[in-house]
Amino acid sequence: MKFTLSWLKDHLETDASVDEIAYALTDLGLEVEGIENPSARLAGFTIGHVTSAEKHPDADKLRVCQVETDEGPLQIICGAPNAREGINVVVAKPGVYVPGIDTTIGVGKIRGVESYGMMCSEREMELSDEHDGIIELPSGEVGERFVDWLAEHDPAKVDTVIEIAITPNRPDALGVRGIARDLAARGLGTLKARDVAPIEANFKSPIGVSIDKDTTDGCPVFFGRLVKGVKNGPSPAWLQDVLKAIGLRPINFLVDVTNFFTYDRNRPLHVFDADKVKGNLRVYRAKGDERLTALDDKEYGLQPGMMLIGDDTGPESIAGIMGGAASGCNEDTVNVFVESAFWDPIEIAHTGRKLKINSDARYRFERGVDPEFSPIGLDHAVRMIMDHAGGEASEMVVAGEIPDHSRAYKLDTDRVQSLVGMEIPAKTQRATLEALGFTLKGDMAQVPSWRPDVQGEADLVEEVARIASLTKLEGKPLTRTNSGVPKPILTPMQQREQTLRRTIAALGYNECVTYSFIDAAAAALFGNEGDATQLENPISSEMSHMRPALLPGLLQAAARNQARGFADMALFEVGPAFHGGEPGEQHLLASGLLVGHTGPKDVHGARRAVDIYDVKADAEAALAAMGAPAKVQIMRGAADWWHPGRHGMMCLGPKKVLAVFGEIHPKVLKAMDVKGPAMGFTLWPAEVPFPKAKSAARPALHLRDLQAVERDFAFVVDADVEALTLVNAAAGSDKALIEDVRVFDEFIGGALGEGKKSLAITVRLQPTEKTLTDEEIEALAAKVIEKVTKATGGTLRG
Amino acid sequence: MDDLKAKYLAQISDASDEAALEDIRIAALGKKGEISLQMRELGKMTPEERQVAGPALNALKDEVNSALIAKKAGLADAALNERLKTEWLDVTLPGRGRAAGTIHPISQVTQEVSAIFADLGFSVAEGPQIEDDWHNFDALNIPSHHPARGEMDTFYMHRDEGDNRPPHVLRTHTSPVQIRSMLEKGAPLRIICPGRVYRADYDQTHTPMFHQVEGLAIDTDISMANLKWVLEEFVKAFFEVDGVELRFRASHFPFTEPSAEVDIRCSWDNGQLKVGEGDDWLEILGSGMVHPKVLEAGGIDPAKWQGFAFGMGIDRIAMLKYGIPDLRAFFDSDLRWLRNYGFSALDQPDLASGLSR
Repeated sequence: MKFTLSWLKDHLETDASVDEIAYALTDLGLEVEGIENPSARLAGFTIGHVTSAEKHPDADKLRVCQVETDEGPLQIICGAPNAREGINVVVAKPGVYVPGIDTTIGVGKIRGVESYGMMCSEREMELSDEHDGIIELPSGEVGERFVDWLAEHDPAKVDTVIEIAITPNRPDALGVRGIARDLAARGLGTLKARDVAPIEANFKSPIGVSIDKDTTDGCPVFFGRLVKGVKNGPSPAWLQDVLKAIGLRPINFLVDVTNFFTYDRNRPLHVFDADKVKGNLRVYRAKGDERLTALDDKEYGLQPGMMLIGDDTGPESIAGIMGGAASGCNEDTVNVFVESAFWDPIEIAHTGRKLKINSDARYRFERGVDPEFSPIGLDHAVRMIMDHAGGEASEMVVAGEIPDHSRAYKLDTDRVQSLVGMEIPAKTQRATLEALGFTLKGDMAQVPSWRPDVQGEADLVEEVARIASLTKLEGKPLTRTNSGVPKPILTPMQQREQTLRRTIAALGYNECVTYSFIDAAAAALFGNEGDATQLENPISSEMSHMRPALLPGLLQAAARNQARGFADMALFEVGPAFHGGEPGEQHLLASGLLVGHTGPKDVHGARRAVDIYDVKADAEAALAAMGAPAKVQIMRGAADWWHPGRHGMMCLGPKKVLAVFGEIHPKVLKAMDVKGPAMGFTLWPAEVPFPKAKSAARPALHLRDLQAVERDFAFVVDADVEALTLVNAAAGSDKALIEDVRVFDEFIGGALGEGKKSLAITVRLQPTEKTLTDEEIEALAAKVIEKVTKATGGTLRG
Repeated sequence: MDDLKAKYLAQISDASDEAALEDIRIAALGKKGEISLQMRELGKMTPEERQVAGPALNALKDEVNSALIAKKAGLADAALNERLKTEWLDVTLPGRGRAAGTIHPISQVTQEVSAIFADLGFSVAEGPQIEDDWHNFDALNIPSHHPARGEMDTFYMHRDEGDNRPPHVLRTHTSPVQIRSMLEKGAPLRIICPGRVYRADYDQTHTPMFHQVEGLAIDTDISMANLKWVLEEFVKAFFEVDGVELRFRASHFPFTEPSAEVDIRCSWDNGQLKVGEGDDWLEILGSGMVHPKVLEAGGIDPAKWQGFAFGMGIDRIAMLKYGIPDLRAFFDSDLRWLRNYGFSALDQPDLASGLSR
């Protein structure tokens, strides 16, 4: 919302400076977004008097002028045809910035003659497009600042323009008068009476108005007057000036009047050229086959139920949003029908949204205009039309009734203080509301018709606090909920998420935060089926689905990093994935991704390609950090984005999957443009059981004094025998004595032959009561060999 | 005897290696060594002679022995020194690499915010990111025609043909978590709600997903003045400055009344923000007293309870605190960015040791 200072002062008697007004506006909730002050831009220009003007010796069109200025006489070369002796001019001396030519004036030579400044046209000072010659002032003293002269003789030219942001609850501030009312309530001046003199009407309007029965809820009331015999044409300068100042293009007087009251009083109006209206006007709902070319010259198809104003020939206006081109007013209009109606905000909002029309009328009607002001606003406009364009007004045409908006809420002055936490005397509270137009009867505050947003007691509190100034609010300590040491506040799951995140980072992964949405193809690769997780209005096709997993986002990140020349990376993310489109159909995941090598090339030869045992160890470490049991089952058969032979699920039982690790399927990598291989893991933190009884105490430590003994064995088994089978068999041969079994070597092929491999294990025996004898150790070794060969079908390697 | 002593000590001193030393030992102290033989003679002496010769011989034996041991140690040292001289390594070669991971600024800042509010007794509440219409809008006093709905650039979820419920949305703020918490826990209540939120907007300063933290405190006597204090304390703790000036500006949000936008006093120095000084004001959050209709939607009696709510962008305060220029880069996972702006895994923010290093 833009307005000029003088426009504001039309409604507000005030001595306040622009700065004071701007501060108050922002503080009141009418946030100032910009102040344009032309006088600041023109401050350097002064008035001069041309004492002589001679022809330039080397140029026919240039004149060498002697100009009397505040700094004494200056020689200025000028090319303007009207540069001559005896006129008052506007001078830019060296050092002054001239906005219209984007130049700072310097001392220069023009065709060999020195020039000490410039005499300016209106265009050069961005005052208008006038550039036929330099400005000739009818008055003014030599040395007087040009802005001071303008302020006295042509104030519109130096009017300050203020732009404010309007929150959706303040339609009243979409009119200058509403802004003035707020400032007056704050104490920055007094609101001027701006009543309209009664219109003397001598005839009945030949155009009648009716509202269809099924449309009265959308259009409760419609007022109009016909003004006949007007002389339309360009608006007077003052009207053009204010409209231009706020960025509107003057069109013709009748249209400009409607725009003026839209901004002056938040009262959108429409003018029909009465000679183009056939018969009466009727407000009705569209059937759905109507088409209308509106004032923006675009054709719109109306949907069933949308409100229209039509005449005998068909639709003439999209009600409350935009008039039709056919019956609009132009310079030749002689008889004008002025409309001032009240339209239901919700209907206007829906229709405007569907037709995608953003007009000043829609913007205001959907926020709510003052219904009581509808006939008064009409008369303001009619009065202005008759004052400037002549003509005679008809009696007022009325259809429907002004809707009853009357309501009152209790002002509880104590509650205001308790909610705001500021001492505001009851008297001040009442005075504030009255200044804003509320009527107080006892402690009941009747809401003014221009404040549709006030819908309860809380709104009264807001009005009082706003006018009292929240800037003055002083903080008061919030009492603690308990007086002692603050208690931990995270839930076990939140703690777990935090631990998990830091554990994975400590393992060398960089945490990413990727978008929750991915493209349809990636979603499908990671198990998405159906449309449940699809967005209705995605911002792009790359962001069309809620992600079913974190890996696709990480893979896309990997591809981007590879494209930037980074081949080795460890990325992870902890965050939600979505398994459906209903609230709550999301689950927390943690995924890690390794691509490339373990590190850069180094002198130690430590670099190697990453493999599944890296991600396995990382997944184990992350599970351990979450307190998962040390022993989990490793199973195959996870989702098909994993390499079928190179992945494992870490499970507690066949249904409880805590984690999956493995190599990403090469087809997935190819589809996602990642140069592989790539290793990944995914953890389901919520699946890891929480300890049943929470106790800080650790299990007791039992140290054995007897020395442990280690024995190594190597077995030749079929290549597809899993190491864990072997380890479990060995460990099972004496659960009391065997403390640990570790695989320390795997050898495939060679002399072993096709399809065979050798696995070597270390078995650690921890005696508990007495040192083991050689015989006992031999007996145990035999048992290990027997168990392993039985379980694996292998043999002890000779 | 002195000759003997002089002879062996000289030999020992001249010995060049351990073998030579061993030869000397055998010659002097071996079974048939010169000194051993003389000691054997002691038995044949008179007690008087023995009393003189015994201690002298023993002393000689000890002295030679000590000299042998000392020389042996000397030789070993020399040999070790010789070997070590050959064991030179280029210490300027790089050590074995160890990958250093990082924590994303959003996680770090979320944890910082949680640490501050934990101290004031706020717990952390979470909720679904796909939300129904009611929790995201209606319960927050934003009916379907409210202009705020249009201004929020809401993402809608797909609806199957025949499913006539209003479409679910991606939550446009974390406020629905406030509603869910009120319904679940009732009053009094102190929570913060951090998390992902979504708006269909993408340009230089907007991303379709970003992060918010909202706060909610409900009790019988909580006022807007308490809100101001809490925010002042928060800003001081978060930006790690002693003094800060907040400006409350009246504003409008459907879910609070009165509502205020909050600015902090700051200055900009070469693009770096300095909080608490200077002549600029920076808008950092929106806040207000919870609207009675919102309390009602949360199952809380507005005649008995009152409280405040506020919300701010986690990404935004992270950018301000850590001087991160571009919001879009937060979600790009550029390794260079992650390494530059990320935090060490062990860099856990807490109030005892300070939030940032």
